[in-house]
Amino acid sequence: MFRITQNPAIDTVIKLVTVAVAMFAFVFVVMVPLYNVLCDVLGINGKTAGAAYTPVSSAIDESRDIRIQFVATNNEGMPWVFRPGSTMMTVHPGAANDTVFFAQNPTPDPMVAQAIPSISPSRAAAYFHKTECFCFNQQPLDGNASAEMPLQFIVDRDLPADIRTITLSYTIFDVTDRAANTLATR
Amino acid sequence: MGDHHHGPAKGLSRWLFTTNHKDIGTMYLWFSFAMFILGGAFAMIIRAELFQPGMQLVEPGFFNQMTTLHGLVMVFGAIMPSFVGLANWMIPMMIGAPDMALPRMNNWSFWILPPGFLMLASTLFMEGGAPAFGWTFYAPLSTTYAAPSVTFFIFAIHILGVSSIMGSINIIATVMNMRAPGMTYMKMPLFVWTWLITAFLLVAVMPVLAGAVTMMLMDIHFGTSFFSAAGGGDPVLFQHIFWFFGHPEVYIIILPAFGVVSQIIPAFSRKPLFGYASMVYATAAIAFLSFIVWAHHMYTVGMPVAGELFFMYATMLIAVPTGVKVFNWISTMWRGALSFETPMLFCIGFLVLFTIGGFTGLMLSIAPADFQYHDTYFVVAHFHYVMVAGAVFSMTAAVYYWLPKWSGRMYNENMGKIHFWVSFIGFNITFFPQHFVGLAGMPRRIPDYALQFADFNMMSSIGAFIYGASQILFLYNVIATIVSGKRVTDDRVWDGAEGLEWTVATPAPYHTFEVPPAIDPTPAHG
Repeated sequence: MFRITQNPAIDTVIKLVTVAVAMFAFVFVVMVPLYNVLCDVLGINGKTAGAAYTPVSSAIDESRDIRIQFVATNNEGMPWVFRPGSTMMTVHPGAANDTVFFAQNPTPDPMVAQAIPSISPSRAAAYFHKTECFCFNQQPLDGNASAEMPLQFIVDRDLPADIRTITLSYTIFDVTDRAANTLATR
Repeated sequence: MGDHHHGPAKGLSRWLFTTNHKDIGTMYLWFSFAMFILGGAFAMIIRAELFQPGMQLVEPGFFNQMTTLHGLVMVFGAIMPSFVGLANWMIPMMIGAPDMALPRMNNWSFWILPPGFLMLASTLFMEGGAPAFGWTFYAPLSTTYAAPSVTFFIFAIHILGVSSIMGSINIIATVMNMRAPGMTYMKMPLFVWTWLITAFLLVAVMPVLAGAVTMMLMDIHFGTSFFSAAGGGDPVLFQHIFWFFGHPEVYIIILPAFGVVSQIIPAFSRKPLFGYASMVYATAAIAFLSFIVWAHHMYTVGMPVAGELFFMYATMLIAVPTGVKVFNWISTMWRGALSFETPMLFCIGFLVLFTIGGFTGLMLSIAPADFQYHDTYFVVAHFHYVMVAGAVFSMTAAVYYWLPKWSGRMYNENMGKIHFWVSFIGFNITFFPQHFVGLAGMPRRIPDYALQFADFNMMSSIGAFIYGASQILFLYNVIATIVSGKRVTDDRVWDGAEGLEWTVATPAPYHTFEVPPAIDPTPAHG
């Protein structure tokens, strides 16, 4: 055992306080990033990548049909009308696909929304690539305005063979206050 | 300071400024008993509301505040400080040390506790009421949907965490540096061993809890999104962080209880503890395993199958070292010259009921079955069998066992036995039926329930009132002992008791082992 001071009891205290401080830091600098990385790599919580996917040109696998189901949910207190343009489409792995989600702000005030995606089964999250998505950015809408929000995606050719249906769910959150604060502090 | 031979100072300043481990231990014990009564009062309100189906006495929001505060006060206010108090009193006397290694820090770690709990209790009178999100305070219930008082709750948790960390650092420093010459690690009484390991667990996980509440604070007030999906965070992350603290926490509560039982059962069996070394290794094994099983509290969040299986098997593995302990206690009693004084009764009650709680824990560890048990009264029954019949029974046994040494007076044995039997019966009437309503699907933390659960809930409530009333008897017995109990002059008090604490005078003088005792060099537990 190495010594820091002459008093062994103080030595013990210094070492243990270091452990306690390290464990406090561990939560922030290890647990949170590790959780996000693990969820990202393993697709555990059904989250898709938060940024656009750069497509690598690949052949279209026309032998497989994958059903894509779209679900739209409003978080508590979110007054927008929010629904998918089509609730289901059938795609081939490797092909680029386009669809839209429809949003309308029925209130008289301008609002900002953020859509959070989730994929089910969560194993499919790593194989569902979005080349463009309204969920990458916050979506502002003026009072009583409506918009069609685009989504472009490619299902990876390496999608496990047993997955035939993928459900993409969006929950839309009211982030008007949060967006206002961010602008104010800039 | 200076002259070490003076007695205690007079008046209030004795308690405010004391650095004496016995004074501080006494304050911890009384404080924890006060919290036990407060948490118990919350429980009585819960059981009174659940006496009959329908809403009778309190608003649903207030009911939620009661379940939350009951859990927080019992875990952080009653059980943990009571064992810290016991550690303060007994560890220096058990290892032949004159005091704790850091007496002044000891004073601080106690005296920040009452303000912390005052802050927590004051939330009851704030606008929006006290925290109502359960003692596990899952986000976003505790962030987005919490009453404004949550900020006070967060600071209260910070204070309790600092107190616990200081207390455990002190215990580790004492055990590692203050043992009498010849008191090797493998000669330490098991209570000291279990507390040493518990203290390491506390130093490791209390900062994690502090981190979790700090993140809540930042989410609520500083616009971060650790647990908010809208900003890219994840509420499930909260559960992982909380239970990374929370699972070791349950062993923090139960390991010192194991230590107490390992002291008392040999004394009333008049035999040395069976399998001392295996007890030490089992304690260490449980402590290690406690870090890798946390997600068994959250089987239903949607983990991958591989994760469910890992946490299921790791959890089941804990039954092995725990089984070693239970069989060792039984083997200690085997062919011993048993007698059944109150401390022994509580230890045997502990042994039987804790084992039942262990078995229901094993049932809950089975991931596919847990999907049915999750968040039902079965879970409530399970953790009260290990928390109350485990930790509280052993703490009660400890008080009866060492009270004559502390006060120099003997408690009323008949009243002690009545306290045990009323507690034991009341406890089982309260919590045994909760297994049945839980398996039948009654959810926890809900102020109303379906009619088919009415009979068992009424039984539960009656049992709870019996159990609660029996604690008043305990309080009376302790006070009566201190005031007018029959004087004890024998150092050893119990004829089968072993250990250094029984070699000092009765009642224990204000200063003990200013000269280290001589320790028998032969292996004590061979």
